[in-house]
Amino acid sequence: MATEFHNLQELRHSASLANKVFVQRDYSEGTTCRFQTKFPSELESRIERKLFEDTVKTLNNYYAEAEKIGGQSYLEGCLACSTAYLIFLCMETRYEKVLKKIAKYIQEQNEKIFAPRGLLITDPLERGMRVIEISIYEDRGSSGSSSGSSSVSGSTAR
Amino acid sequence: MHLGVSESMRECEYSQISTRSSTPMETPYKKRTPKRRKWENFKGRNKFYCSGRIMMAKQTGVFYLTLVLILVTCGLFFTFDCPFLALQLTPVIPVIGGVLFLFVLGTLLRTSFSDPGVLPRATADEAADLERQIDVANGSTGYRPPPRTKEVVINGQTVKLKYCFTCKIFRPPRASHCSLCDNCVERFDHHCPWVGNCVGRRNYRFFYMFILSLSFLTIFIFSFVITHIILRSHRSGFLNALKDSPASVLEVVVCFFSVWSIVGLSGFHTYLISSNQTTNEDIKGSWSSKRGKDNYNPYSHGNIFTNCCAALCGPLPPSLIDRRGFIQSDTPQLAPPTNGITMYGATQSQQSHMAATPLLQQQSSDPVILTASPENGGALPGRTSLGLGGPCTSLPLGQPTPPTSTPSLSCHESTDMLPIHGHSHTHNHSHPHQEPMAHHCFLTPEEVPSPPGMLPCGSPMGHSHTMQAGFYNPASQDSLHEDSVRGLVKLSSV
Repeated sequence: MATEFHNLQELRHSASLANKVFVQRDYSEGTTCRFQTKFPSELESRIERKLFEDTVKTLNNYYAEAEKIGGQSYLEGCLACSTAYLIFLCMETRYEKVLKKIAKYIQEQNEKIFAPRGLLITDPLERGMRVIEISIYEDRGSSGSSSGSSSVSGSTAR
Repeated sequence: MHLGVSESMRECEYSQISTRSSTPMETPYKKRTPKRRKWENFKGRNKFYCSGRIMMAKQTGVFYLTLVLILVTCGLFFTFDCPFLALQLTPVIPVIGGVLFLFVLGTLLRTSFSDPGVLPRATADEAADLERQIDVANGSTGYRPPPRTKEVVINGQTVKLKYCFTCKIFRPPRASHCSLCDNCVERFDHHCPWVGNCVGRRNYRFFYMFILSLSFLTIFIFSFVITHIILRSHRSGFLNALKDSPASVLEVVVCFFSVWSIVGLSGFHTYLISSNQTTNEDIKGSWSSKRGKDNYNPYSHGNIFTNCCAALCGPLPPSLIDRRGFIQSDTPQLAPPTNGITMYGATQSQQSHMAATPLLQQQSSDPVILTASPENGGALPGRTSLGLGGPCTSLPLGQPTPPTSTPSLSCHESTDMLPIHGHSHTHNHSHPHQEPMAHHCFLTPEEVPSPPGMLPCGSPMGHSHTMQAGFYNPASQDSLHEDSVRGLVKLSSV
């Protein structure tokens, strides 16, 4: 297992990217934004299953909140329509507000949970909401040679 | 001792190099290249105006026709018919006409200029990951495999997700690839030449509002022009009425032909909205009961009212393509072995290469250090490091040429890059310097994603030399030598 990184900066300075895991979308409930909570095998040695699943579930909840069709969204929609959508020049849509919350949450999770384990989550918004990209880093120092080659051979062996 | 030195060197060298995204300030040797916005590198066939704020399809001729028709007809109405009607009937008529006209124009422009819900294309890593998964599922074949589909069950209905070869993604349900715009669009309805854009998830409600208000406007103008002519003919006879207000004839003709198509279209889309279908799905009969007894629309909310509200008043998702964002140096890439060409056999060499390239990356990118897997062989498209590209473009790029140990080959052509390094092999320190520098000459244009023009050839390289020296394991030097010999052999055969 890679050495401990104390913070995100240290991770960035001294680690090398070994692999990327992509968590795909879960379309079983329609076109609303949801990600699969299935635990990727590549992360088995890196992070506890429960932590990972909790993160994905929280993200799913955030997205569900953003896309919820209910009183508030109707109000916003009608108000926007009646002002010929000019109101969005001054106001943020609810979706955008939630996306900001999500970005903050991901940043937090990266700092507290993922970076110390040599992982990094990319905001799905940067990937067109298709995937949650999790970058796996290996320390280039002592454990670099063994884990580097194993991860490379692991990826080719798939 | 060497390692001890490297540790301390690592410490002090790290502090010198800023990992903040390199700005033109840090690159005194390169002339300042203005930061480009993402729309300039957009891969679809769209046209952008106003620095990325406006996005339209490639063919916009018909859109201008629409605009002209609306403006001319309304202009004539307000100029020739409204004064008479305002006096004879009520001044409310031009007011309502004006409001309708502005609403039509607003929704038209909004439909035409906004992002319909384009899905950005997959990054190289994503595409490679998907390819791997598909290969595993199908068994790799040498030729292009048959169309890939994935089945999902949505609310009890089996839906096939198709793989888009252009965008390299599995299309989400209800998304479709527009061949005119060359984009995958979410909840793709149709490509409307009249508005000069695709109609998709993000602009469907504007499109609907446009055609609805346009049908009201058309009916409004038609009926009031007819009223105008009738009132005039009561006074001075029919032919005289036509002579007095010739514009009305043109308006009637335009409106008459428009009414049938526009009102028909509005009716059709009202039906689509109430059943939560797209034009695409309706035309194909995807959810038609004719296909089977159990065939139903899994996206429908159940009742007409909810469907309408969801389509028109639901949350508006933001654009996924971020057209006005600045192009950052990309996040590190894995450079997957898409063509299977291995440059370096030994795994040991991988370490050295992995170590080498990130140092360069450090200077330029805010995000993390890159290490490219050595089976790169130019697998990364379009990732040129212009800073190194200068002297290096003369070298064969995109070929699996490993670094050479003859500095004459690599470093001569890049002497301005490596002023301090001579051609000696014997010096232990310079050996690792030259190898990675040679690497960089050959590899980095593919491997190191850095913002164009951001990467200097000059002093930061000097930093990286010393850093690399500090970084290298004595153990890896042998592999480097091995590789360089191999590289030399390959190079000679090129």
